[in-house]
Amino acid sequence: MKTDKIKLNKNFRENILTYGIVILAYIVIQIMIGTGNISSLMQGLLVPLCTYVILAVSLNLTVGILGELSLGHAGFMCVGAFAGAFFSKCMKDVITVGLLRFILAILIGGICAALIGFLIGMPVLRLKGDYLAIVTLAFGEIIKNVVNVLYIGKDSKGIHFSMKDSLSLGLEEEGEVIINGAQGITGTPKDSTFTIGIILILLTLFIVLNLINSRDGRAIMSIRDNLIAAESIGINVTKYKLMAFSVSAALAGVAGVLYSHNLNSLMATPKNFGYNMSIMILVFVVLGGIGNIRGSMIAAVVLTLLPELLRGLNNYRMLIYAIVLIIMMLFNWSPKLIELRKRFSPKRLLKKTREVQ
Amino acid sequence: MSFISYLINGISLGSVYAIIALGYTMVYGIAKMLNFAHGDVIMVGAFTIFYAVSMQGLPPLLGILLAVVLCTVLGIAIEYVAYRPLRQAASSLAVLITAIGVSYLLQNLALLIFGANTKAFTSVVTIPAVKLADGQVTISGETIVTIICCIVIMIGLTVFINKTKAGQAMLAVSEDKGAAQLMGINVNATISLTFAIGSALAAIAGMLLCSAYPSLTPYTGSMPGIKAFVAAVFGGIGSIPGALIGGIALGIIEILGKAYISSQMADAIVFLVLIIVLLVKPTGILGKKIQEKV
Amino acid sequence: MRNFKKVLSIALASAMAMALLSGCANGSNDSDASANDSAQTETGADNTQTETGADNTEAAESNNEASGADSEAAGGEVFKIGAIGPATGGAAVYGLAVQNGADLAIKEINEAGGINGVMIEYNFQDDELDNEKSVNAYNTLKDWGMQMLVGTTTSGCCIAVAAETKNDNMFQLTPSGSAVDILKDNDNVFQVCFTDPNQGIGAAEYIGANSVASKVAVIYDSSDVYSSGIYEKFAQEAANQPFEIVSAEAFTADNKTDFSVQLQKAKDAGAELVFLPIYYTEASLILTQANGMGYEPKFFGCDGLDGILNVENFDTALAEGVMLLTPFAADAEDEATKAFVSAYEAAYGDTPNQFAADAYDAVYIIKAAIEKSGAAPTDSVSDICEKLKAAMPELSVNGLTGEAMTWDTDGAVNKAPKAMEIVNGNYSLIQ
Repeated sequence: MKTDKIKLNKNFRENILTYGIVILAYIVIQIMIGTGNISSLMQGLLVPLCTYVILAVSLNLTVGILGELSLGHAGFMCVGAFAGAFFSKCMKDVITVGLLRFILAILIGGICAALIGFLIGMPVLRLKGDYLAIVTLAFGEIIKNVVNVLYIGKDSKGIHFSMKDSLSLGLEEEGEVIINGAQGITGTPKDSTFTIGIILILLTLFIVLNLINSRDGRAIMSIRDNLIAAESIGINVTKYKLMAFSVSAALAGVAGVLYSHNLNSLMATPKNFGYNMSIMILVFVVLGGIGNIRGSMIAAVVLTLLPELLRGLNNYRMLIYAIVLIIMMLFNWSPKLIELRKRFSPKRLLKKTREVQ
Repeated sequence: MSFISYLINGISLGSVYAIIALGYTMVYGIAKMLNFAHGDVIMVGAFTIFYAVSMQGLPPLLGILLAVVLCTVLGIAIEYVAYRPLRQAASSLAVLITAIGVSYLLQNLALLIFGANTKAFTSVVTIPAVKLADGQVTISGETIVTIICCIVIMIGLTVFINKTKAGQAMLAVSEDKGAAQLMGINVNATISLTFAIGSALAAIAGMLLCSAYPSLTPYTGSMPGIKAFVAAVFGGIGSIPGALIGGIALGIIEILGKAYISSQMADAIVFLVLIIVLLVKPTGILGKKIQEKV
Repeated sequence: MRNFKKVLSIALASAMAMALLSGCANGSNDSDASANDSAQTETGADNTQTETGADNTEAAESNNEASGADSEAAGGEVFKIGAIGPATGGAAVYGLAVQNGADLAIKEINEAGGINGVMIEYNFQDDELDNEKSVNAYNTLKDWGMQMLVGTTTSGCCIAVAAETKNDNMFQLTPSGSAVDILKDNDNVFQVCFTDPNQGIGAAEYIGANSVASKVAVIYDSSDVYSSGIYEKFAQEAANQPFEIVSAEAFTADNKTDFSVQLQKAKDAGAELVFLPIYYTEASLILTQANGMGYEPKFFGCDGLDGILNVENFDTALAEGVMLLTPFAADAEDEATKAFVSAYEAAYGDTPNQFAADAYDAVYIIKAAIEKSGAAPTDSVSDICEKLKAAMPELSVNGLTGEAMTWDTDGAVNKAPKAMEIVNGNYSLIQ
């Protein structure tokens, strides 16, 4: 009983620390903005940072907590981004209150992504390991490809839809093409702000951390640790897998809405919604520590800032970035280096000196 | 008649996927890791041949030999520096991410060394195209050479793994590293050998890829690399004949999908078929079914 | 394990904090830091030049220049021009061309004594062909103190950045961003290249008016803004022209190695002309594959096709008879082009393509606009923008990519496209 209490407290403390870091970062940056001590680059990076933090935390739910490798996370982000931006652009003149419109867009983006996540999850979560990874990668690419041939327009008769080109929409003269295939959506209102981003991060953390520490969360982790054992004690494996997967997809969708409302033009390119992005998010998760929520947040921030801070290196920028990535991975994961680091960790050295004294 | 010609185009594209997939599947089968940098080793091989043969005018065979040697050395070096330290890591994902880092590294290094301009690769294949049915259907020399190479490599690898001591050591390592070590097998050396063979295959794949599709940039290898990975999974990753079947099947599906359904959605169609196949046969066409023990 | 994670997270957190601090340090003392920054970037650029085989004397020269510019930077008496484009990734060839083209023009202007006696400082940032990264690049340049933007190189990124420049009222002149959405509602943005609709309609009209063919096939990149934009307008205009589109097939950024199906369909439909509103990298593959299958239609392209003859080791015989509407050809016979091409080749070891020429022109257009309006480097960014905006419609500039280029108030350029045909491995003007 007693140990239980201590454990709970420890969990609680850990979580408070996680929230605390986010809030502290927010306050520090707000002060910096208030006193004008922040560069345009940093100011422009604030919303993307929030987006990537949410993505990293949400993927950690699938990879770290559920224990399934997903390489299609950017696909859910894409669904959320396009659903949210589509809604905002349609409603630009109807709902003029930016905040209300944006909250609705976030809800719609999240729900659409969750729905797609649920539909995809149902068949594919039966697969295991690398096969699941490749199937999620495939779905991510399918989503990107389909979005790229999607043409939706609006005129007085209502919404027109085509998968061929914008001519076959048959719009009237004053009709407006909203999603124009590869040219995507242009003119999304810029509703994303740093404050909303931070609120969304806190919300994401709240959802994910509470899920982890709940009965459902323990069921999900038991599936990760031993599927057969979990099944044998009566845990509904399919249900819990789907639950984790859809929640993760929904949060990715929310990040997508945040992403799309930060930029004027939204296009599904291999760069932003292809497997490259999915892998990038996976890099955040693995570098930060699989299952370690705080770690993945920090890794997302560091890896997003790194290429921007390396801009002074000019054409060598991405080369150095790649080298730093490899070194960080080796440093964090190599058993030999971990051993070495333990031996020379400040705490241990401190202890030693104390013992000597 | 156009159907036959599509089919042949599909086989030529598929044979290129197959030869890349062979390298993927070889490394995966033994080292149990997805080497995302494989596509970029292919690019390095192709650039080597380009500079040796097209620019310096060396005989093609010498150029190929040079590329094979260079890629083998590169493969061993990558394994030693970036993958070996992580072999005992707590999660197998760590080495996957490092492989992505290596892939970025090779691409950006190539960009700095070779520049971004597209290079036109001169085909090293001198066999003329075979024309059938009054020239309505052509089978290019590259296709013939690629398919022959695929089959030769496939047989060679199978014989090597099953008949030689080093091959048997590879099999043992792939089954159980710890037990293999206890039996006196040098696990590190065996895995290095696997990477050496995989990278040598990459050099040959680079030559055939760029002979068939003669445009060479620092990013040439990445997309075919991913497609070949899909092909390897399709055929059952780790299975050597599976890579050939998966590659050819992928090529044919891609071309027929483009021809008869939609050229904009070619990739979506390929991936959809892959998903369906994996849902029916969760370990690919020729994959082994692994029963999990409690 | 737990301990280690704690140590790690503390280390990472401190790294982040450092990053933030260094970020704001850059912002707080903008003017001081910028001199250093620019020196850094200049030397960086020079390094790459030496790498790509520039002669060392040239590099050394520009080094001196850079330091010369620096001393003036302290006084705030320079124009700061920034440029953005993809310098890494699959589209790097276009971004690097813009980087070098603008660099060359700026060096020339500085050597000749600057604009109204004021030197120019130059900074190029990579956007990796990503909208978000492009905005980051723009913000970096803003921190550096940029006053005018030559960019961005690609259409998609340009739309995203135009929204930002509009917000800051920064003067933007894009060398090669051709989408219409770039100009829409953004009165501070001007183009050097034709808009996509102009190219699409122009190509259709040309084919129709000169009765080049009666059956036309199109192969375009449906995942690319530039290509799908041109195709859309071409198809629209084709309805009014005396030819018929018999096949329109697409490819995507992830699926651009094999074009056999698209070519087979064009062949089966009996197309006499294949319209290629795409970039030359893919076009060179299409030409090779068409040759392999024994299909010999006429190929017709837009400005993206320029550069096809410069693909290293490309068999130019394959491109024989290809027609293209382009404002620039590297082997044109006029003096300006010749001088530009030889200077470019000497400095960067590469033959310039249309992107480089557009960027080169862009810098000279800005020079002309500054001279016309009398904008001074001490003016605020917004004032410079207002002055240049007013001056642009009154300009008439002779550049590499067009004689007597003029601009509408909405930012679109008026110049005559040149129809070129590749004859004996060279571009030649069709009269």
